[in-house]
Amino acid sequence: MSGAEFVPLSLPPILIGILAAIACALPGNFLVLRKQALIGDAISHVVLPGIVLAFLVTQALDAWSMLLGAGAAALFAVVMIDVIKRVSRIEVGAIMGVVFTTLFALGVLLLEQSSASSVHLDVEHALMGNLESLIWLEARGWASLLDPVALAGLPPELPRLALTLALIIVLLILFWRPLTLSTFDEGYAESLGLPVRAISLGLVMVAALAAVTAFDAVGSIIVIAMFICPAAAARLMTDRLRSQIWWSVGFATLSASLGYVLAGYGPLWIGLENSVSAAGMIAAVSGLILALTAVFGPKRRPATA
Amino acid sequence: MGIMAFTLTYNVALVMFGAGVLGVAAGVTGTFMFLRKRALLSDAISHATLPGLCGGFMLMVALGGTGRALEGLLLGSAISAALGLLAVNFLKSRTRLSEDAAIGAVLSSFFGLGIVMLTLIQNMSAGRQAGLDQLLLGSTAAMLREDAEMIAIGAALVFMVGLVLHRAMTLTAFDENFARALGLNVPLIDAAAMALVLAVTVAGLKIVGLILIVALLIIPPVTARLWSNRAAYIWPIAGAIGGASGLIGAGLSSLAPDLPTGAIIVLVAAGFFLISLLVAPARGVLASAMRHRKFQRRVHRRQGLLALAQGYRILEPYTRKLLQREGCVRADGVMTERGQSAATAAQRDEARLAYLRSKPDYAEFLSRHDGLSDLSRAFTRDELAHIDIRLEDAS
Repeated sequence: MSGAEFVPLSLPPILIGILAAIACALPGNFLVLRKQALIGDAISHVVLPGIVLAFLVTQALDAWSMLLGAGAAALFAVVMIDVIKRVSRIEVGAIMGVVFTTLFALGVLLLEQSSASSVHLDVEHALMGNLESLIWLEARGWASLLDPVALAGLPPELPRLALTLALIIVLLILFWRPLTLSTFDEGYAESLGLPVRAISLGLVMVAALAAVTAFDAVGSIIVIAMFICPAAAARLMTDRLRSQIWWSVGFATLSASLGYVLAGYGPLWIGLENSVSAAGMIAAVSGLILALTAVFGPKRRPATA
Repeated sequence: MGIMAFTLTYNVALVMFGAGVLGVAAGVTGTFMFLRKRALLSDAISHATLPGLCGGFMLMVALGGTGRALEGLLLGSAISAALGLLAVNFLKSRTRLSEDAAIGAVLSSFFGLGIVMLTLIQNMSAGRQAGLDQLLLGSTAAMLREDAEMIAIGAALVFMVGLVLHRAMTLTAFDENFARALGLNVPLIDAAAMALVLAVTVAGLKIVGLILIVALLIIPPVTARLWSNRAAYIWPIAGAIGGASGLIGAGLSSLAPDLPTGAIIVLVAAGFFLISLLVAPARGVLASAMRHRKFQRRVHRRQGLLALAQGYRILEPYTRKLLQREGCVRADGVMTERGQSAATAAQRDEARLAYLRSKPDYAEFLSRHDGLSDLSRAFTRDELAHIDIRLEDAS
């Protein structure tokens, strides 16, 4: 495969996939450790109604208003879960199930009603994203990476995800100590005077930010998978949080690149004509990595009491 | 009737009936998962059916069929959901991962694999008309009589099995060890419950779709929980709410051509949940607001009476209004005779409480007492007289 073909058609989607995967895997590490993994599941479901509502209000597929709508929906869902939990005193997992399925159903209803006006938005797009279509037409080969005119034509998702990932990394470094303390020993963190509730909400908001930015490019399947699978697999490799995070970044990168290549070229290798869903393949590869670590990972065993 | 006249055609009636029975079965089955605190495991089970559905389709096409035979699709989805469950159990018991991470991981990777297979099928010549993607969100537009009948029969079977097993299931959900001591086979009961969840998912594929079926398994039991603390009531209420949601939702979605049936059914169930959250007696928003107001009123009254007893005038408007309404003070704020006796009683109770607080013997009683209720309801006259004598001695 030559650069003239690879750079415009495959490089941007692979990079976008990797950035999205890492952006989700980083907060995912803490969600998994805090036994809040399914918050990621909930957030990625409620992004749908947020985006549809934003579209209905602005009547345009403008990226920023959609990000805003999705972020608002995620915040709304988290607040609803918390309020209902307090009022009803029912187990939080079930409450989460009620809230995110309801909002997702609302999103489906709104979507079906608005799709009569034939917009480029449907449930399948929401699930699978459109990674394959994020191509870079201006590129002529590897040399274009240094050509400012060509670089201006990069799909806008790429710089947006890069910015989000940078922000997440900065936040992670800034709040490293309070975040790790409250993750491992909430009572101790509270006794030190740390605002544990605010930290917890902040983590959820960062996860929502990652989910929302990634969703537009790669769809909700990857978002859920990347929140959980790389972090869970990394947890089976090491006892130390720092190395767990590095492992998860590695697994996320591997899933995204291998998944994309397998989806794009795999079917051709076995003689089929069309490629398959990259989003689905990336999620499946991340699950496969987790399966391998669950069988061979050095730290896979549960702590013996 | 408005512009959108509701005409109960044969087809609509069929779908409504099927959805209603499905809702009952889902509500009853979901109750066990909910009480067992594993509501979201249903989400993993339902998402994990997708690779099996697609696999069943591809295998049937490879064997020369059209791939649309329902039995093959059902068998495939049952196999992959079972594999998903095994994976969740393996991750949970053999590795250090907790159940929520295991659920999320299995859900997303199985579903991802399913989507990959779905795109493969859509590229196959037989796959274009298969309409397998409609199973993601359900579609009742082209539902046949056999489909509706099969859904209703399947759901009715699930309901009956649930009925037979419900005692063993609730027992297991509440106290696993007690159930074991009674000789119940707990893993078998868990497996039966999950098989029922799988059956509900499969029966609901056509109407609700596999993404939203979990809502029918979770929302009715949670709603029922708002109304009752007793398992014996929760599962029938959940069944009724699920059934009503299915019936009403399917009916509503027939009003306009492109209303998604599954989403409407879920939203009707969510409507039941929201109403219950507002008005349910013990756990509802209104009830808890009323409890709060009542407590607030009692604190204000007590503080007002104590102030009166010490000769202060009541300036705080709410307290004044309360005591005035009760006839303890006149409009100008002067204490009435009735107010006098109530104030004395309040002061006496406060002194008794202070005495009780100084005695360690009463710590347990005080931990249950709110500091406001009349002490003559908690102690006999003799006991109170005894306390009063001690009080006089002390002063």
